[in-house]
Amino acid sequence: MIGTDLYTALPELVLALFAMAALMVGVYGGKDKLAEPILWATAALMVLLALYSGAQGLDVKTAFNGMYISDPFAQFSKMIVLLSAAVVLVMGQSYMLARGLLRFEYPILIALSVVGMMLMVSAGDLIALYMGLELQSLALYVVATMNRDSARSTEAGLKYFILGSLASGLLLYGASLTYGYAGTTLFAGIISTISTDGMSIGLLMGMAFMLAGLAFKVSAVPFHMWTPDVYEGAPTPVTAFFATAPKVAAMALVARVMHEAFGVVPGDWSQIIAFLAVASMFVGSIAAIGQRDIKRLMAYSSITHMGFALVGLAAGTVQGVQGMLVYMAIYVTMNIGVFAFILTMSRDGRPVTDIDSLRQYSKAEPLRALALLVLMFSLAGVPPLVGFFGKFYVLWAAVQAGMTWLAVAGVVASVIGAFYYLRIVYFMYFGETTEPLDTVRAPVQASLLVVSAALMVLGVINLFGVEGMAALAAEALVK
Amino acid sequence: MLNLLSIITFTPAIAAAILAIFLRGEDEASQSNAKWVALVATLATFAASLILLVGFDPQDTGFQFVEEHDWIMGFTYKMGVDGISILFVMLTTFLMPITIGACWNVSHRVKEYMIAFLLLETLMIGVFTALDLVLFYLFFEAGLIPMFLIIGIWGGKERIYAAFKFFLYTFLGSVLMLVAMIAMYVDAGTTDIPTLLQHQFSTETFSLMGWQVIGGMQTLLWLAFFASFAVKMPMWPVHTWLPDAHVQAPTAGSVVLAAVLLKMGGYGFLRFSLPMFPVASDIFAPLVLWLSAIAIVYTSLVALMQTDMKKLIAYSSVAHMGFVTMGIFAANQQGVDGAIFQMISHGFISGALFLAVGVIYDRMHTREIAAYGGLINRMPVYAAVFLLFTMANVGLPGTSGFVGEFLTFMAVFQVNTWVALFAATGVILSAGYALWLFRRVVMGELIKESLKGIKDMDRREKALIIPLVAMTLILGIYPAFITDIIGPSVSALVEGHSLALQAYDAASQLAQN
Repeated sequence: MIGTDLYTALPELVLALFAMAALMVGVYGGKDKLAEPILWATAALMVLLALYSGAQGLDVKTAFNGMYISDPFAQFSKMIVLLSAAVVLVMGQSYMLARGLLRFEYPILIALSVVGMMLMVSAGDLIALYMGLELQSLALYVVATMNRDSARSTEAGLKYFILGSLASGLLLYGASLTYGYAGTTLFAGIISTISTDGMSIGLLMGMAFMLAGLAFKVSAVPFHMWTPDVYEGAPTPVTAFFATAPKVAAMALVARVMHEAFGVVPGDWSQIIAFLAVASMFVGSIAAIGQRDIKRLMAYSSITHMGFALVGLAAGTVQGVQGMLVYMAIYVTMNIGVFAFILTMSRDGRPVTDIDSLRQYSKAEPLRALALLVLMFSLAGVPPLVGFFGKFYVLWAAVQAGMTWLAVAGVVASVIGAFYYLRIVYFMYFGETTEPLDTVRAPVQASLLVVSAALMVLGVINLFGVEGMAALAAEALVK
Repeated sequence: MLNLLSIITFTPAIAAAILAIFLRGEDEASQSNAKWVALVATLATFAASLILLVGFDPQDTGFQFVEEHDWIMGFTYKMGVDGISILFVMLTTFLMPITIGACWNVSHRVKEYMIAFLLLETLMIGVFTALDLVLFYLFFEAGLIPMFLIIGIWGGKERIYAAFKFFLYTFLGSVLMLVAMIAMYVDAGTTDIPTLLQHQFSTETFSLMGWQVIGGMQTLLWLAFFASFAVKMPMWPVHTWLPDAHVQAPTAGSVVLAAVLLKMGGYGFLRFSLPMFPVASDIFAPLVLWLSAIAIVYTSLVALMQTDMKKLIAYSSVAHMGFVTMGIFAANQQGVDGAIFQMISHGFISGALFLAVGVIYDRMHTREIAAYGGLINRMPVYAAVFLLFTMANVGLPGTSGFVGEFLTFMAVFQVNTWVALFAATGVILSAGYALWLFRRVVMGELIKESLKGIKDMDRREKALIIPLVAMTLILGIYPAFITDIIGPSVSALVEGHSLALQAYDAASQLAQN
């Protein structure tokens, strides 16, 4: 029995064992000299595991008495998480190296947090959920302070830690309430209690508290306050990581808990999620207008985007989950491109993040400017770029679920949001010339930027099949 | 030729890709290469569209040259033209070589400029040929990107404000249409336009937050589409982005904006609002008619007082688009015929007027009316051309401007005499501002020192304007050239509209009894 259980959870085990082994190698082997090989090995392993997850069949397997679920939904989310984590690791390597931040702990901590994320998306039980979430979060608190000589970075880490603990507390409180009223921590048990005895007030409170804790992890308004500060303070490669994999995992976790544990009473949670969605879309769009720092701007942008993904979840249907997954896949691709660009922004060898420094960038680097222009329009959701299809999916799900008002709110927010994306285009193409940025030779980052922009354009043909995979994943989750 | 429409639509885009990939450098030679590639591509597109026109059968009121492929999410990549859309395709392909010719003097980022125009052409043609809602929306919205860049990079002093206003205004208008399209998709289960044309959207009254929505779902859908098309047209009172955009855009940008982009709104009304939501169209027709009449009179008055030539022509465009919406929502044969005719003819006339302003702007670098006067003394050819288009703008019989206005008046007179009467005063005002403009710019003694050395139109400028002169006169003298092509499709549209209304009336009477 234990053998099959372990085999089912193979990807997590492999990555966790690898991280521990790499830690030993790092400690005894030569510390930061080994950072680079460990980083490359971690990235390679993640890609392999992503392929392994992708090659799993459509059957649903559970392990450890239902605490761990391996289904197409988990596989799809794991693929996005693993691939984006691998790409972000590779992308940030030269940046970390050049600034003396490439310690051997960095890839190991990222690997551990990815293990946590994989557990999150596969969780079938409140305890497993909490373990995964905490493993992820603890590793992230540490990487946020990777630049330990910088007050900004340590402040970011501390802030993230304190607020994150508060959120974990809320979540734990919600989980214990749920356990108290349902008598079990298994999602399958909770849902069968609800279907026989109905939704008691205690369960409702528990669910609301859990949603609050999870909303913190996806940085949905009103639990978003940490996002801009942490994005700004953390080293850029770490910010890139924050913006991608953890968001996917947390969003998948919300979908998992709501559908597996509370799937029979969608009305109860879809209201809460709809509120989070509307608040995130508007606050994210409006607050980003005043930002002058591109990392803070991307923080608010990610808040807005999480709002849109939540629109899909608020629908509470198969289409909604599918839309959310497609949205997240597109969002991650765009953010990798944009952060690849931010990594190359420097003046006199020092990183700059002021959007003002982009003035007339199109003269200096026409190709990169064009790629960033494509990404900006895609983030704004202007067709024919792929970002539009992400929005279309979630709005379609909302309208189909009878929440047309939510779709209207979403499109209005997207117009407000378009303004600040356009402003970046304005700086690059129309602005007056100021002190130019350095022309950095950054083959990895530049090619990632261009590739992600190209994907946004070419994806209009068939979205590279993501749609079909997301449909299978969503059908597995929503019964 | 099974995929002629795709060829026409994507030839400019392919040329743009070629320019983007293979052309390097900013020197003289590469600039002229970029211009020639763009010109050849647009001419080739025009040639291909002539095949389309020759192969088109006006008697067939269905869609022709249809091509269909599967796409994502159950949408289809479906293209086709009917009598309503084919002439807009022709208008676009006809005007684009002229537009490219109009930017021959540009020397700043020439390659990007050409790429922007070529992409814009693809997107504009796509709007008129798309037979799938989402595909239509894709082309419709994507056109904002190149136009935003054209205004923002190559525009005048206030270009940044104008570019942002243009983008956000039209974007806000069309996102509501997106929600309506999604609602249509959910309701009908398809995004195929020919199927949707047959689909009946519910007209059952329901209450929304305490409001009784008469006409039900159709009303809401109609309003959402109206938000988009009214901004795009533009109709009073949401026209304010247009003067800004026109004044700041470079000459070629103004030509495209006035000649083609404004027609997308009118085309949208004809393709979606009128046939798909007949009941709602009927409910809102008086509103639209009055808005159109106000637009005609109000913007003509505003045009009278402009000191900037481009702004004057921009306001006159709004007035002329008022005739178009008036004709469309009169919803009879003359009205729709007249509206399409007016749109095509306005494409030629306003394009020519903006070119004419561009001619003297290139020489003097100002668009202030007060900076000119007496041009006839040194620019006789220019004066003659300007006179012709001024007269066409006023709607002098014998020019194409007359036919459209006359038909729409005739149509609206049958529906609402007061609107017709009110709008007719706008025609007098239009004669006022157009002739006064001509008087101040062209007539009189040449007394301004700065104008003493001004030269008449050169060969390139003449070559650009001659086709427009020819089209204006041909259509003015022989309007059947257009009405023969659009006639059968328009009468099918109008018939379908009145049948739907009769059915609705019968049903509501039945419900009352």
